[in-house]
Amino acid sequence: MAKTLGILEDKDRIFTNLYGFQDWGLEGAKQRGCWNATKDILSYGREWIITNVKNSGLRGRGGAGFSTGLKWSFMPKEVKDRPHYLVVNADESEPGTCKDREIMRHDPHLLIEGCLIASFAMQAHACYIYLRGEYVFERERLEAAVKQAYEAKLIGKNNVHGWDFDVYVHHGAGAYICGEETALLESLEGKKGQPRLKPPFPAGAGLYGCPTTVNNVESIAVVGTILRRGAEWFASFGAPNNTGTKLFCISGHVERPCNVEEAMSIPFRQLIEDHCGGIRGGWGNLKAVIPGGSSVPMIPAEQCENLPMDFDSLRALRSGLGTAAVIVMDKSTDLIRAIARLSYFYKHESCGQCTPCREGTGWMWRVMERMVKGDADPSEIDMLLEVTTQVEGHTICALGDAAAWPIQGLIRHFRHEIEDRITLYRSRKSNVAGHSIAAE
Amino acid sequence: MSVRRLAKEQPESFAFKPETLEKANWWIAKYPDNRRQSAVIPILWLVQKQEGWVSEPAISAIAKMLGMAQIRVYEVATFYTMFMLEPVGSAALIQVCGTTPCMLRGSDKLMEVCKSKIGAKDKLSADGKFTWQEVECLGACTNAPMAQINDYFYEDLTPENLAQIIDDFAAGKSPKAGPYNGRHTSEPIGGATSLLDPKLYDGSASKPVKIPNAPVPEANA
Repeated sequence: MAKTLGILEDKDRIFTNLYGFQDWGLEGAKQRGCWNATKDILSYGREWIITNVKNSGLRGRGGAGFSTGLKWSFMPKEVKDRPHYLVVNADESEPGTCKDREIMRHDPHLLIEGCLIASFAMQAHACYIYLRGEYVFERERLEAAVKQAYEAKLIGKNNVHGWDFDVYVHHGAGAYICGEETALLESLEGKKGQPRLKPPFPAGAGLYGCPTTVNNVESIAVVGTILRRGAEWFASFGAPNNTGTKLFCISGHVERPCNVEEAMSIPFRQLIEDHCGGIRGGWGNLKAVIPGGSSVPMIPAEQCENLPMDFDSLRALRSGLGTAAVIVMDKSTDLIRAIARLSYFYKHESCGQCTPCREGTGWMWRVMERMVKGDADPSEIDMLLEVTTQVEGHTICALGDAAAWPIQGLIRHFRHEIEDRITLYRSRKSNVAGHSIAAE
Repeated sequence: MSVRRLAKEQPESFAFKPETLEKANWWIAKYPDNRRQSAVIPILWLVQKQEGWVSEPAISAIAKMLGMAQIRVYEVATFYTMFMLEPVGSAALIQVCGTTPCMLRGSDKLMEVCKSKIGAKDKLSADGKFTWQEVECLGACTNAPMAQINDYFYEDLTPENLAQIIDDFAAGKSPKAGPYNGRHTSEPIGGATSLLDPKLYDGSASKPVKIPNAPVPEANA
């Protein structure tokens, strides 16, 4: 059963220089098929591009999984007094995720080509690519690739494609929240990265108050190949409504952590055993998996056996595919500590704008730290769960939700571990207390 | 959220070096004319590259350059955690990723190395050469545990590797960035399990292609 979908064949991989063994530059990229027939694609018109991207079933690769083609269609049909912008979200910061980095340093031309096609489809003449500040090497590499594209007149004014188009590389400076699209726009405008209230949505008023679409790097970088090979080709991988190929980032307790492009809906066990050499210490040593970056709830080992790695299957388990950053934890893991560390992350990265998040993330982290030691009352587990639901859904952006979900996942599946920890802590304490009482 | 303040001791003045100024203008040109403020993060970063950290006089100078209120630049400098608000080690700023994916692969041990060789977290070392910090996820999780040292990523580290890297920086060398366990980048160690078909690289993909689903040309008007 696990083999029905098979693993992706090399000929169907989009990121053919994922590991950087080949030339990242323009010549190498062209040899691998990038920039091939781009002019033809543009000549078929905006509607054709958007329809085909929709037909491919491509869902946004930044975590939310919203249809990319549909998102593009929300842009105003005609350009009026305000220019349109494409903004590429390369602020890859979701713990566990490291796929866009490989695209930018090893296959940058796929991204630039995708930017041109997407911008043309949305009638944008300018695109900003917002990299996280820490990706210094990736920025240098991407700037170099953009320069090559300008020099070859693939982009810029009067380029060979007949659509005047500028790509600008921008960077942040260490703020997870800037991966949220409206915070990213604020940051790109030179402000603190605090998310905006929606509506207005960016397609109505985004960068500089102009119609803007914000897309993830991977969503944009796959577009050229999808159109070159056909929407049906892309849609032939994965389960219905979860189509395409996908970059998976597998970290944690596997024998060989790696990035790999695979067919969507690949069973978890096959993904891990085919590409990562299995779980450290064997399949039986698996304890839990965070399947889509730190924000999604963990799932326990017993649900992982035949689990298809896609949006809908993981959602059915009350988790999510997110960015397809698979964090594997074996039986040696202190899960409470692993989640407490994530709670610290969210406390550190809260932008401070909404009270439930600013105060709640700190509170949740402090309680989690006590849970790690066991220095808590069993009733506090329910209180913690209750507080997570008060943060969740009560903030402008999803960071509040993201801080709540890992804790909810932990309590849902491993409540007994928290209780055991508390019991252990108390059993040791009470002895001490008993002695001191007896001595009085 | 992280609360950050400017250093108590501030220099008297700040001046852009000509090369910093040149790069700053290159950044400003990326944005529409009336949107110079967009360049504030890149320019703060350039200033940090020039001085090693971001001082109050530098914030004033950037505000003037971009036509911003000083408080707006101050806000940005304190909001974004890559801006160092006090002087850091002259040889290396070591930022060890401590978030869960790195924690699972042993970042605690890397931080112990830093502590024993450099001293307390977030403090300039006694000799002024090093500063080390624990930072949040740096986005190289398949190469965990890792650290960003000055600008680049040092990946797949062991405590021994990191100790050696610190010694090298102390000796004035620039140890190479990238993975330290022998792999090239983020492929599975021991050899990639994909992208092995030579046909991907023989140029066949660059031959003219017919785009599928191409619209049927309408009759010429």
